[in-house]
Amino acid sequence: MLSKLVPMHSPNMLPDRDIDKSPILECVNLGINFGGLAAVEDFNIAVGRTEISALIGPNGAGKTTVFNLLTKVYQPTKGSILLDGVDTHGMTTAQVNRAGIARTFQNIRLFNDLTVEENITVAMDNQLHYNMWSGIFRLPRFWREEKVAHERALELLSLFSMEGLANVKAGSLPYGAQRRLEIIRALATNPSLLLLDEPAAGMNPSETAELMENIRKIRDTFQIAVLLIEHDMSLVMNICEVVGVLNFGRIIAKGTPEEIQSNPAVIEAYLGKKKEA
Amino acid sequence: MKRLKKHTRTDLITYLGVAAAFLAISALRNNGALSRSLTGQLVPICCYMSMAVSLNLTVGILGELSLGHAGFMSVGAFSGIVAAMSLQTAVPFVPLRLAIAMAVGAAAAAIAGAVVGMPVLRLRGDYLAIVTLAFGEIIKELINCLLVGYDAKGLHVVFNLTGGKTVEDLRLGEGGVALIKGAQGATATATIATFTAGFVLVMITLAVVLNLKHSRAGRAVMALRDNAIAAESIGLNVTKYKMMAFVTSAALAGAAGALYGLNFSSLQATKFNFNTSILILVFVVLGGLGNIWGSLIAAAALTVLPELLRAFSDYRMLVYAIVLILVMLATNNAGFTAFLRRFLRWPGRSTGKEAA
Repeated sequence: MLSKLVPMHSPNMLPDRDIDKSPILECVNLGINFGGLAAVEDFNIAVGRTEISALIGPNGAGKTTVFNLLTKVYQPTKGSILLDGVDTHGMTTAQVNRAGIARTFQNIRLFNDLTVEENITVAMDNQLHYNMWSGIFRLPRFWREEKVAHERALELLSLFSMEGLANVKAGSLPYGAQRRLEIIRALATNPSLLLLDEPAAGMNPSETAELMENIRKIRDTFQIAVLLIEHDMSLVMNICEVVGVLNFGRIIAKGTPEEIQSNPAVIEAYLGKKKEA
Repeated sequence: MKRLKKHTRTDLITYLGVAAAFLAISALRNNGALSRSLTGQLVPICCYMSMAVSLNLTVGILGELSLGHAGFMSVGAFSGIVAAMSLQTAVPFVPLRLAIAMAVGAAAAAIAGAVVGMPVLRLRGDYLAIVTLAFGEIIKELINCLLVGYDAKGLHVVFNLTGGKTVEDLRLGEGGVALIKGAQGATATATIATFTAGFVLVMITLAVVLNLKHSRAGRAVMALRDNAIAAESIGLNVTKYKMMAFVTSAALAGAAGALYGLNFSSLQATKFNFNTSILILVFVVLGGLGNIWGSLIAAAALTVLPELLRAFSDYRMLVYAIVLILVMLATNNAGFTAFLRRFLRWPGRSTGKEAA
């Protein structure tokens, strides 16, 4: 079973950029106004199918707002979002997830009173097909599908070395495990694009290193795109192939980590203008 | 052998406990060890247990406050009475007639639940509490002016909205009987409810609620309760699952109502008022939100308690209130529950506080 899910692990399997193939996500002139304030404006990006990319920027630049637009927590007032070439206009949060975008949250949002396994199987709801009656009368279909869901949940957990915690209440997990569980829950929905909102927040350097390993593992195992928001520059510069910098709701720079590090506009956004000598 | 999951074990103990209690009480009754008043309480206790478990589905598992659960019981009771009385000749076998009446009561309450839930469950917030509160009152007033009769031609229904209509307006034919007479309610009902039927109802309610809880619908509903934003982000159809749980809860209340109605020869709509809704909510809160066997015990204990407290005569309700407050204090006291747990090896219940 595991062999089916986990293909060979090779970090050099993918080209640096695979954007030349059709992108999984494309934002065109995306924007939203809150009252008179343009929180995000003229936001244009394309994310490759198996690309790890990051959105960085100072606090309040609009990064989480972009995630909320992509997942339709807010409906954009301008522009469009194309997921695998399909416009997500008018979709709800749940529909966008079923179309292929899964996310984690800046402040962890787990189902605290459910067990770790239930947190994962509830996310597989779109892959289960038995109806209410099969559930109430425990028809064969219920047992068959629940067994598959159970096995898949354990597979996902073992991928992140959490298989021993399956029956623990999610709310009583330690912080790092909660962060990992949120990622696993997002993966359980079978996404083609994974959005991670500050995954390394509150982590120490060794935990961050483990997280970097995990993000690469997710991309290589599931062959999906990962877009993350992060303040930890060591993580961003180490694992991302593309970085976009957001300031005051606008993209001020896009490129590889090396290009971003030496970009004067980025340095200005983070550190301020150099005083005229 | 595969080890049983913790919740499977708890469920099994609940079923076995109810079955054991049923056998014990049946044995006691056959030996004449139960007092008359207590014997009369057996069917209502089963109905209230079933009501408490079904309300726990809405309040504890779905996490929405419902203040009109007695309204669904009322719908079930009166439609069940009408079904049972009009089938008296067509279905002479009593247990089957009772089963049909309970199914009709469940169906009618499910429809009422769907009508109430459809607009309200789309909203976030405490709207369901307000609407169900109003629903309970509306049903009470509607049945207060409802006239239903049955004769050879079938059912006759008249709404006494102006207060000027009487049973005569039903225009019943030869041998026709009036089943529901407005504010007088249902009178001369054949009391076909039995303790065994009550036991079966409790077991069915338990099976439906527990199986629903541990299937995809139950997981989805509990996920919604814990975190609505995250639940939407993983693609759950929020409204669909809320409706599923709420309508199931209403249907079970309807079945319990039908059994309750068929236990008394006369029944008025005012029996199912706001106080009854609150009483059922007290069972659920006292037993613990989401805790099914807690609801069962609370419902049984609080239905029997007023009878046992008859010795206090005038101070009965005062003592009842004091007992209620003491039990609430004791069960919410961390030190006390830890003490009990050490002796009884109770299954631990996460308070969710560690995460907050």
